Amino acid sequence: MRQLNRRQRTLLLLLLTLSVLLAVTLAGALLTQRATETDFFRMNRSPSLTFLFGTDWMGRDMLARTLAGLSLSIRIGVLTALVSAVIALLCGVAAALSRRADAVLSWCIDLFLGIPHILLVMLISLAFGRGFLGVVAGVSLSHWPSLARVIRGEVLSLRHAPYLLAAEKLGAPRGQIVRRHLLPHLLPQFLTGLILQFPHAILHEASVTFLGFGLSSEQPAIGVILSESMQYLTTGRWWLALFPGLALVGVVLLFAALGEQVRRVLDPSSVHQ
Amino acid sequence: MSLEARSLTFRYPRRGKKPVLEHVNLTLEPGERIGLTAPSGRGKTTLCKLLAGYERPTAGEILLDGRPLSHYRGACPVQMIWQHPETVLDPLLPLEVSLKEAGPVEERLLEELHIQPQWLRRYPQELSGGELQRFCIARALGRATRYLLCDEITAMLDPITQAQIWGFLLREAERRNLGLLIVSHSAPLLERVCTRVEVLSSPPEKTTPLS
Repeated sequence: MRQLNRRQRTLLLLLLTLSVLLAVTLAGALLTQRATETDFFRMNRSPSLTFLFGTDWMGRDMLARTLAGLSLSIRIGVLTALVSAVIALLCGVAAALSRRADAVLSWCIDLFLGIPHILLVMLISLAFGRGFLGVVAGVSLSHWPSLARVIRGEVLSLRHAPYLLAAEKLGAPRGQIVRRHLLPHLLPQFLTGLILQFPHAILHEASVTFLGFGLSSEQPAIGVILSESMQYLTTGRWWLALFPGLALVGVVLLFAALGEQVRRVLDPSSVHQ
Repeated sequence: MSLEARSLTFRYPRRGKKPVLEHVNLTLEPGERIGLTAPSGRGKTTLCKLLAGYERPTAGEILLDGRPLSHYRGACPVQMIWQHPETVLDPLLPLEVSLKEAGPVEERLLEELHIQPQWLRRYPQELSGGELQRFCIARALGRATRYLLCDEITAMLDPITQAQIWGFLLREAERRNLGLLIVSHSAPLLERVCTRVEVLSSPPEKTTPLS
């Protein structure tokens, strides 16, 4: 570790974080079958070597359920983050390029930011008929405004950058200006925003499911696991909530770290560190 | 056949009512080298920006061969070289790319400006201001360029480099019959390189009665 410079260390960490997340996603996808297997001969076992996270009241392996839940959460997170980041990019660029669009979009952004997220996610999710689609629509339609505002500001300031104006005067074609000068400067903000959207999306997916407005209860989602295990907490089965909760926090932290590392790698002022 | 500013007035938005430039007239013929001097904040750079089409005048017009400058499409025949080269070069692009922004640049220019081939691969923050300025000059001398506005382009350079750059610019202007507008605070420099020197006078102060 010592002889590597900060950039290489960051890249290494980035790869490590990515592979952990990928491993969780894959393992969860493969374990979905096992996560729904019930066996009433092994109900309510506390954590042991055979069942690391214990078993629940239907004899399901909590480790498999947690992994499957996380995997589902990550997939939802990826999808919603992508959708909302693309909405944000389009809105941000549109707002920066036209004054009328700016007025409309700025008003919408203020409106969306003014409503509590969780309320908005619940309403949109309900309107889309709950389930996977409802959660994805709810989270992605409520999470574009802050990134859209960042991108709008960035495009506005870039449009008056002397190097862009000079390129225009030198007769560089419009497409080339957008490709060479605008997009590379937007990319760090966009990617960082995209990745920082994941933890939000995952947490909101879990909370909206926990409240009963998200995924249906037979799906092994983290939110479902947590809300069901609440009933058993008082009877002393702490492992039902503790391990899935910790795992969720862990994944969210991993994504946040990923965003931070990507920012460090792409940010021009720290490129040479 | 000239670059002509007719009764230019310009005020920056939201900076009070007082214009920076008021009724400025200027005619630059091909092959002519006009020096422009004035105290700081009098609007020299603003005038250059107007003449190169970066800003639009509040009133008055800029004509190139009798046609408004804003009607020209593609590479602008009036090119401005900025005082701070680091602001006009994209920090994320290697200089090679910035240099060839609008088509290839002649090898001869690079040689005469003493641009080292190894600089081409570097990024703007890896070169000094003087080195960057050579790139900006080479880039501004594209095929379409007929007038060159030099806004204090050698203010940050050592005397020898200054002499080199001006020598080159004068030769190039001679060869291509370019019209030059040279902004500088240095009277000896203007005297040496210009065919005539203009002083940008301040807009007439409105005598406002004390309230």
